[in-house]
Amino acid sequence: MTKSNARIRLTVATGVATLVASLAGAAGSAPHGALDMQAQQQRLDGLLANSDPLHPANIDPKIWLEVVSAKDNALTPERVALGRKLFFDPRLSADGTVACATCHDVSRSFSDRRNVAEGIRDQLGRRRSPTVMNAALFQVQFWDGRAASLEEQAKLPELNPVEMGQPNGDAVVKAIAADAQYIAMFHSAYGRAPNYPDVGRAIASFERTLIFLDSPFDRWQAGDAQAVSEQAKRGFDLFNTKGRCASCHMINGANPLGTDNRFHNVGVSARHQNFEALATQALGILRDKQGAAGTDAIDKLALTTDMSELGRFMVTKNRADIGAFKTQQLRNVAIRAPYMHDGTMQTLWDVMDHYNRGGETNAYLDGGIEPLALSEAEIDDLVAFLFTLTDRRFAQENEAAYTAQKARAAKERPFRDEALAQRQVLPFEQRVFGKPTLH
Amino acid sequence: MKKIPHIKSVETRYLEQRETLLHGLARLDRRGFMKVSIGAAAAAASAGVVNPFQSFQPVHILGIGDADAAQPGFTFAYISDSHLYARKVNDRFVRQLLRAVDDVNALNPQPDFVLYGGDLAQLGAPEELELGAQILKSLKAPVHMMVGEHDWFLDMGEKWRSLFGKETYSFNHKNVHFIVLMSVHEKDFWTARGMSPADRMHTVAGLDNAVQSRFEVGAAQREWLKKDLEQLPKSTPVVVFSHSPLYKYYRPWNFWTEDADEVQAILAPYERVTVLHGHTHQLLTNRIGNIDFHGMLSTAWPWPYAPQGLPALTVQMNRPNPFDPNDGLGDGTINVHPDGLVDALYQLWNRNPIDVRATYLASGGKTDRPPATVAASY
Repeated sequence: MTKSNARIRLTVATGVATLVASLAGAAGSAPHGALDMQAQQQRLDGLLANSDPLHPANIDPKIWLEVVSAKDNALTPERVALGRKLFFDPRLSADGTVACATCHDVSRSFSDRRNVAEGIRDQLGRRRSPTVMNAALFQVQFWDGRAASLEEQAKLPELNPVEMGQPNGDAVVKAIAADAQYIAMFHSAYGRAPNYPDVGRAIASFERTLIFLDSPFDRWQAGDAQAVSEQAKRGFDLFNTKGRCASCHMINGANPLGTDNRFHNVGVSARHQNFEALATQALGILRDKQGAAGTDAIDKLALTTDMSELGRFMVTKNRADIGAFKTQQLRNVAIRAPYMHDGTMQTLWDVMDHYNRGGETNAYLDGGIEPLALSEAEIDDLVAFLFTLTDRRFAQENEAAYTAQKARAAKERPFRDEALAQRQVLPFEQRVFGKPTLH
Repeated sequence: MKKIPHIKSVETRYLEQRETLLHGLARLDRRGFMKVSIGAAAAAASAGVVNPFQSFQPVHILGIGDADAAQPGFTFAYISDSHLYARKVNDRFVRQLLRAVDDVNALNPQPDFVLYGGDLAQLGAPEELELGAQILKSLKAPVHMMVGEHDWFLDMGEKWRSLFGKETYSFNHKNVHFIVLMSVHEKDFWTARGMSPADRMHTVAGLDNAVQSRFEVGAAQREWLKKDLEQLPKSTPVVVFSHSPLYKYYRPWNFWTEDADEVQAILAPYERVTVLHGHTHQLLTNRIGNIDFHGMLSTAWPWPYAPQGLPALTVQMNRPNPFDPNDGLGDGTINVHPDGLVDALYQLWNRNPIDVRATYLASGGKTDRPPATVAASY
């Protein structure tokens, strides 16, 4: 721990980019910017040192067993161990360079800190890698909810041409089937030889142990008035009121992630899309594809084409879902830059600016997205609150991220638009009257 | 404990009587014991109803596709009840109207025309109506306008007429005769009270109050309607647009047209009649005699269903999600069959579309029942 802490401290003054470089690059022997798999596992051991993975802290064990864990994939130490081995194994990819942990890197908040993911042969995807932390608590998986469970989710990246690039599940199994250790582990976990559905189940089991919900916010909610600053408390008030955040990101004991598990067009991708043309194109391609074939087709379109920006629409084919993406969790958000489904926002100040101006106008913008008229002080309060949602095991990283983001926000705020935020300019007026009317 | 006496409101009694008659008739019709016209009298007598309503027509189940098959069907779209406010009060409703315009412009193929269902403005102000007119100009398909009470009672329709023309008119499109009515006339409640035009407008916009009168088509317009229809063969499909429902749903909210029975009586001789109305901001389906009624969705806000008087055929949209300002809103397309009957497609913005088919209404709800709208719960 001391070594990595020292690395983080060194980067405090020099910003997010250097932080990423140092975390990934110093021991960075793994391809695609990931930390070496052994080093990642050591770090993971440190994070999980004092916790029981089968009964995560801060979650009622009854809820955990009955609500969170899967009915046909009860959590056992054997399954977790197998899943962990698979998670860190690049052999699962076609060219042996990409493991789950490449884009869900323990040292990079179980994600990759990039705008979009990088897969085999350095191919870029279209969406930001979501963190695996607490993913078990989502009702659906992926930005567009195309997988109903972690088990389903865990079987798709291996087969995506720009991620791990395997032609099919059998090829994935073949890549590891000769390994005697795997054969033994599959037998002790599931009582049978290696097979692709069990790969998904085992990885899902491991992911269910990655629960990071022990934050200053929780301590404050539990009664420790000193756990967060007065500024963060003001921020939480704004979060629930003027900021309108809680409409979708309700966060409390019953909703620990701070997501409504729904899909909203918040006007992120509207800046550069012709939604209508994309929707027509997607409908043409997906017309005859049902069930697994449909999910497979969506998986490829979402990661390799502009149709990615249609979001939930490709799953439901309901026009209301055009450009809608899953409400992301708020847990550990401060150490998970860049933000949004396309990683286009570098700081939480940018995210506040985006919502403050009422998003980017488009026909399918969610009805709840409105100019907020937040002052600079109020934005600072909200950001301070968001920094209290980081699990205390990442306290150092959180501090570094705050300094780095604050420095960056002081230099540039590309999404800030005071005139829109204060409703001095209304986007519709430009469209209807051809020019903005200032009042 | 003191027992509260059970008092039935005027509309409950009205609807109960009507239900009794309808049920009695439907039974007789199904069993085929006797001709329905005799059945009506028998049912009325057995139900002890003294004054069967004049507009009541014997049930006649229409067969789809029994009209001239050479005449192709067509589609038109609607946008309704946008309630635009002055700039500094509200711009959300403007954005929502723009969304509806985008929706309709995205239809492929384009609809033959677009009906605007009334209540373009919130308080009848010139800038509200002008803004609406400007927005509707960007529709690709031709637009037919209808007036609502929110457009009217500031200047009694002066501005609206100057922008959009007459409030009552008819036109033929393909094989269908379309009629646009001004169904939201009110008896003069303002002169005696010395109200200003703005007071009058605010009173009407208040909806649920004891001051204003109930909406009516009025005697003059009913005469016009009779004349407009008298040359038409009874087999001509007729589609009527009215802002208020042309039946009696719930009086305290003016989900109601006071002379609905008289208007229905004028329409009754025609074999295929559909009424499309705004005002109620909800998925609403009714059939009275051989007249089909469809309520239009609003682009501004959804109303809850009234506590009484909901037509039995209505498949309710469940409670809109309070966290989602667009939920329960939308626009729609109306598919006109070759025989002139219509399927109403409710394009709910945040839910799956709901198709309320002519066959559903014609069968008295026995076939093609639309699925209940499902909003995902938390």
